[in-house]
Amino acid sequence: MLAWTIYISFLGALALLLLPKGSTTAARLLALAAAIAGFAIALVAFLQHRTGELITITRVPWIPSLGIEYHLAADGISLCLVLLTGVIAITGVLFSWNIEQRTKEFFAFYLLLIGSVYGVFLSYDLFLLFVFYEIVIIPKYFLIAIWGSTRREYGAMKLALYSFVGSAMVLIGLIAAYVAAGAKTMSLGSLAGFHFSPHFQMAMFPLVFVGFAILAGLWPFHTWAPTGHVAAPTAASMLLAGVVMKLGAYGCLRVAMTLFPLGLSSWGFHVFGLGSWRDVFALLAIIGIIYGAMVALVQKDFKFVIGYSSVSHMGFILLGLMTLNQIGLSGTVVQMVSHGILAGLLFAVVGRMVYDRTHTRDLALLGPMNLNRAIPFAAVTFVIAGMASMGLPGFSGFVAEMMILIGAWRAFPLIAVCAGVGIVMGVVYVWRAMQKAFFVEDGSAPAQSPLPPITLPERLGAAILIGSSIAVGLYPQMLLKIITPALNSPLFDGLREGGWR
Amino acid sequence: MMITSYSQLLYLAMPEVIVVLTALLALASDLLFFRNQQLRVRFGVAAGLASTGCAVAIGRLIYSSAQANVFDGMLVANPLTQLVQVALLVLTIVTLLLCVDSTFTEHVGEFVLLILLATTGMMFLVGTQDILVIFISLELLSLSLYALTAFDKGTPQSSEAALKYFLFGGVCSAFLLFGFSLLYGLSGSTHLTQIALALHGSTLNPLIVIAVVCTVIGFGFKVAAVPFHFWAPDVYERAPIPAAAFVASASKVASFFIFFQIMLLGFAPVEGSAAWMRIADGWVPLVTAVAIGSMLLGNLVAIVQTSARRLLAYSAVAHAGYMLLALVAHTQQSLAALLYYVITYGLATLGIFGVIGVVEKQTGSDRLTNFNGLSRRAPVLSACFFVFILSLAGIPPLAGFFGKFYLFVSALNIVGGPHGLLWLVIFAIATSAISLYYYLQVLKRAFVASPPAGATDIQTPALTQAVIILLAASVMLLGCAPHLLLSWIDAAFRATGL
Repeated sequence: MLAWTIYISFLGALALLLLPKGSTTAARLLALAAAIAGFAIALVAFLQHRTGELITITRVPWIPSLGIEYHLAADGISLCLVLLTGVIAITGVLFSWNIEQRTKEFFAFYLLLIGSVYGVFLSYDLFLLFVFYEIVIIPKYFLIAIWGSTRREYGAMKLALYSFVGSAMVLIGLIAAYVAAGAKTMSLGSLAGFHFSPHFQMAMFPLVFVGFAILAGLWPFHTWAPTGHVAAPTAASMLLAGVVMKLGAYGCLRVAMTLFPLGLSSWGFHVFGLGSWRDVFALLAIIGIIYGAMVALVQKDFKFVIGYSSVSHMGFILLGLMTLNQIGLSGTVVQMVSHGILAGLLFAVVGRMVYDRTHTRDLALLGPMNLNRAIPFAAVTFVIAGMASMGLPGFSGFVAEMMILIGAWRAFPLIAVCAGVGIVMGVVYVWRAMQKAFFVEDGSAPAQSPLPPITLPERLGAAILIGSSIAVGLYPQMLLKIITPALNSPLFDGLREGGWR
Repeated sequence: MMITSYSQLLYLAMPEVIVVLTALLALASDLLFFRNQQLRVRFGVAAGLASTGCAVAIGRLIYSSAQANVFDGMLVANPLTQLVQVALLVLTIVTLLLCVDSTFTEHVGEFVLLILLATTGMMFLVGTQDILVIFISLELLSLSLYALTAFDKGTPQSSEAALKYFLFGGVCSAFLLFGFSLLYGLSGSTHLTQIALALHGSTLNPLIVIAVVCTVIGFGFKVAAVPFHFWAPDVYERAPIPAAAFVASASKVASFFIFFQIMLLGFAPVEGSAAWMRIADGWVPLVTAVAIGSMLLGNLVAIVQTSARRLLAYSAVAHAGYMLLALVAHTQQSLAALLYYVITYGLATLGIFGVIGVVEKQTGSDRLTNFNGLSRRAPVLSACFFVFILSLAGIPPLAGFFGKFYLFVSALNIVGGPHGLLWLVIFAIATSAISLYYYLQVLKRAFVASPPAGATDIQTPALTQAVIILLAASVMLLGCAPHLLLSWIDAAFRATGL
């Protein structure tokens, strides 16, 4: 049943292309229906899921001579992310209700992207996973290049090339693992159970990990993220930050770390105090956290603030992966969901509620518009989203970053302290952007013609996202009770034996 | 099995005979009966006849899966050669259908005749293991292609391209013949396995080196690999569309197959190795160097092209580089991967040429700017274009992706473990990342850029559109279900006993 999340999205995309010319409303409704159907299926699967189980959805031979199977399966981790994708898909459609130019194509590319994202999260065969992972690149490119804003063609191409280089690195690693195992199978479970030589793992782990982490915004390969986010139309930025970056993080956890667990173990020597790839990536992650926060602090463009904040928050995810302990890894998955929701919300406020009305994102110009009075709903939403993203208790961000910090504290105390500094800086840049964009009190009345009011789809979208964030924040057990057993499943055996504490 | 009766020989060469007879029939009917008809009718009749002939030949090949080896390898028929011949005939049929709406020439019969003669040359080329027959059929193929390139007598550039092609081709053929003569001198035989036996145990003496180099030059020219690629951009750009499409697809299939056979069978004792840190002298390092050059130069130069056809030519150079990886690995699996790759590549290339042909006819040239806003002017056509280009770029789930994947898997899957050619595979994948840039640039024009002011919808002739859609569907189908072709290739290998 869960496989239909993929098929419905693809069929929806196809149906959109077949709609007659000019049927804009029909296109929107169709896209919304497809997104809701996908979400409903994901929700049912999520509710029916018994903890610790790996549901095999479909498993049929695909290319028998190479042992490649069409194998879809879901465990707790993938279910959480599938659910996140469903939420973002619905709200993304709601926030793009105002797309008038080439609407059909927009939603067709959109659903193609959503469908492949579902595909990546549900694939259990690595070849299949890679197929979906690469399909993602193409709609992403066109969504940004056609419907984007500032330097859209540059941003789109940069994003496409970074993703493609990343996936090329992944492809090398997957082919090498496939051939080295010699077992004629691309199944994740079988390959993860194969004991590759430590030397091979040491060489392949960084390749595959970085390949995926490029998409997760690993410093110094993050530069596609701010430009891409800024150039993208609202729905595409929401998807990019909300789920596409999670694809990278998911790949790191699900593929790189399970296939080559020994790649994380000690080299046996130290360079600049770094003794393993684990130390290296933890260091890069913390640099990403601090660097993203510092750069966000000085941006003039509202959307760049959010773009860099994504880099900073994704740093927490990568740091969480490197903690290699139960709490850190669970926190990472929660953070993936949490950041997906919050980044989506922030981009929706900046891109849709503010930019589409004021046609500027310059913080200095936004201030005098007295937006807190002109569009109070946007101001309130941003305050809530900002609070949540700073890590206010009660919202999802708090739980997730707390868990990662505890995990990091056990693994690398010094880095955990730096991450704490990063959180504090997060408060500062959100505060600064909030104050500059919405709450400049210069006494002058709004001069321009009144901005169009916030529409119903926007209110709905914002309510859904805020609601989900609060739900996860108040009752994280909802996710944790299926994430933790998934992390203890046989798939992660290699990781547990190779240094898990 | 030894057959010496000529009737049996003719029986074995029946598909080729059918194609030749069809060619003559098409020529005769066009000159005798349809001379005064409209051009479209003439092309329709001639192409229809020729396609029917090819289809009959395909039927003949499929239903008489005979295994034979006549005159010590002069004419070889086994399931594998039959598979390649069927693929060649299919590509020829598509080419013929694409030329139905052409208007570049009045000499319809001759054009179709030349295409079929080239096809005959290719069929003999893949169905032999004798260097003499290889050379003769290669010449038949090449001479037909030179003439096809020059067929657009309305533009001097067409002749210029053909002359360049001819001069280059002549020199490279001379090299090839020289190399073959050395091989004969060294071994006293023209049969590939005999040559390999004679070379066995001999060291890499200068004569063998010259023979190897000359052979690589001769075939490097045919497959447009660096540094023998100079003809490709001109031919691709200036030849009539069907001729260019034919050069880019079918002739690639035949050339790669026989190149692989010669290197694998004939030069087996002097193969050397290109494995990391274990490079040994032989033809493998030489082919590796050619492959690296092709991948690098093809991809880099394609970036700056402004003409769609030239861009395609340089991308073809790059693809030749990838396909040469199969020769570097030279295993049975890599031959299967090569066949899959080159056949699906041929389909996608034919499709692109079909699209370029339509656009060129309506806008006057193949400059990339003429593709601006294509998705709004011809939605169906540009959707197919999208599929072809992304297949060449190697984006799943299209055939080009699986081709690359299988090729790289087979390159790693060699004796001595996956570490040997890993460096080369990494290089290939890295250069293919470059290629995405220029492919996306083309698609950007079609989908992102706005159409020029006052542009009207582009009308696609019904037959051309149907062929293009069929090609796009097959590229998608072979990408989603590669085993359709793969199982056929594997079955051919098993039946051939390789």
